[in-house]
Amino acid sequence: MQGQLNPDNRYGEPKVIDACSLFGVLDTTGRRFSGHGVFKAIANMHDRSNGLGGGFAVYGLYPDFADYYALHIMFMGPQARSETEAFLNVHFQVFHAEPVPVRAAAKVASPPEIWRYFVLPRRAESETLADDDLVIHRIMHVNTTIPSAFVFSSGKNMGVFKGVGFPEDVADYFRLDEYLGYLWTAHGRFPTNTPGWWGGAHPFNILDWTVVHNGELSSYGINRRHLEMFGYYCSLQTDTEVAAYAIDLLVRRHGLPVEVMAKVLAPPLWDEMEQLPPKERELLTTLRQVYGSLLLNGPFTIIVAHHGEMIGLTDRIRLRPLAAAVKGDMLYLSSEEAAIRLVCPQLDRVWKPRGGEPVIGRIGTPMALPSEGSVQNSKVVLR
Amino acid sequence: MHVEAGRDGNTVEVDAAGLSSRELNLRLRELVTAGATHIKLLNVAGQRYIGSDLDRPVTLEIFGTPGNDLGSFMDGPSIIVHANAQDGCGNTMNGGTIVVHGLAGDITGLSARGGKVFIRDDVGYRAGIHMKQYQERCPVLVIGGTAQDFLGEYMAGGILVVLGLTLGSGHRHRANFVGTGMHGGVIYLRGSVESQQLGKEVGVAELDDQDKALLQGIISEFCGHFCMDPRDMVAGPFIKLYPRYLRPYGPLYAPTHRGAQGQVPRWKVPG
Repeated sequence: MQGQLNPDNRYGEPKVIDACSLFGVLDTTGRRFSGHGVFKAIANMHDRSNGLGGGFAVYGLYPDFADYYALHIMFMGPQARSETEAFLNVHFQVFHAEPVPVRAAAKVASPPEIWRYFVLPRRAESETLADDDLVIHRIMHVNTTIPSAFVFSSGKNMGVFKGVGFPEDVADYFRLDEYLGYLWTAHGRFPTNTPGWWGGAHPFNILDWTVVHNGELSSYGINRRHLEMFGYYCSLQTDTEVAAYAIDLLVRRHGLPVEVMAKVLAPPLWDEMEQLPPKERELLTTLRQVYGSLLLNGPFTIIVAHHGEMIGLTDRIRLRPLAAAVKGDMLYLSSEEAAIRLVCPQLDRVWKPRGGEPVIGRIGTPMALPSEGSVQNSKVVLR
Repeated sequence: MHVEAGRDGNTVEVDAAGLSSRELNLRLRELVTAGATHIKLLNVAGQRYIGSDLDRPVTLEIFGTPGNDLGSFMDGPSIIVHANAQDGCGNTMNGGTIVVHGLAGDITGLSARGGKVFIRDDVGYRAGIHMKQYQERCPVLVIGGTAQDFLGEYMAGGILVVLGLTLGSGHRHRANFVGTGMHGGVIYLRGSVESQQLGKEVGVAELDDQDKALLQGIISEFCGHFCMDPRDMVAGPFIKLYPRYLRPYGPLYAPTHRGAQGQVPRWKVPG
């Protein structure tokens, strides 16, 4: 039952060390745009990944179905779809279902069957959970009990597309050039501990939260066990999965502001906390006491997104790179500045966020320029 | 490959748009072997290891954003970047000069064994980590702005100068763990830091005349690259950070009856 890993999910140790490429862009006015620049940027960091995983999260994706949960599900065995659909038909109202359109000629490895379902949860009278929690409960059921079926995207008006291949090829496979979104994140994967597989590619998602990650969460074990107490079961065999669930727990369910969530995942060192004013020190100490099991240990840079917000965060001693840049209403986050410059050569400001200090872009809130960083724009050479 | 004939026979322009790191560096090697002494690289976009395998005097001028490990292992060329540099700039370089008209990313100048790196603005984490020196080889890393944490971490040699020019008046450097594990070389720091920002392995001293003479030469060179006036900077105030121990972590790995505190400091002014 729940809590037991799907026995068919057979890919070795449940942990992976990454040295990946990350890219994210948000238009803070909420205007939707094509992902062409995103594909170009993530492809420019081709050498950071090795073809064993690529993926994208797109927000503002399904305006025609904006009120329905969009479940993207991969089926890796012959019975998986029929068994899953039987489950969906009992527990959800399914308003529309279709295979996710793909280009069969794209350079991806052994693609599984991937469908999307626009649904609302049915509830028994005895069920008092909110819709979001009900949906999570049922996703966990599919992922841990139906062999070879994995729900990898479950938010409204957004979607995750991911698979085994270089990110630019994954974009090609899923025909992402045909979609619009106001927030895009992208990931190129370099798995070193486990084979790359379709479910293990980034982004990791629950409801409308997504996380792309470069690094290694050595706290995976304790994070995972802590999350199980709240009904989150890791089934995708990559460490980043815990970050998506932890953020949903902290922000959506426990109501912490994003800035406080960042201090749970990447708290200051004890020595640094001692230098702070008493009130701040007390808050941070309390967070360590209450949420110590959700601290993400090990090197990481993550780009977290949900509707209306994109957040860049590194571990507290920044053992993985992150460049941030602002141009007008646009916020860019990237593993490398060159990828940003490729799609937006003239920037208002580019900077390297300090470890543990989140960079937050919000719809409707013009980007504030940090005092640090550079206004340096490359001299333009006209040819 | 787009190469244009140079104006004076020895200057060439290379359009790097769409070239992989390997293609670009192969082309540079060919051009330098053919006698080019000045190469302008246009539309550079993240190509790595630029100049890595070049071992003779040549000037590379970079327009666009060079990728990680710019000038790593290089031995002799001069690289001028009219933009920001990414991570690992000057990684293990042996000789030559890198001048960045902007900021640089993490681990700038890591493990450098010689040559000079001048960054006009700020640098990221761990600048100068494990720089080293031997006999006449002594790398110099000059940071015009400020640095993030772990500046000069595990430094084993060389000269690291931080000028603090991007700090607002009254602002101190924010870097923590400055010189953690430092066991060689010297850091000259302009602008204020508090003692808890320093690693346990560094001592603080005032500059003596020898330091000042050394620093004046370095600052003049820095200002020459960026058309700045050295006079304000030379006045400081500077502090000198030096390693207190030759082997700060010796007892952790190879216990001795002397222990770290018994080690003899091996400080001498380089240069």
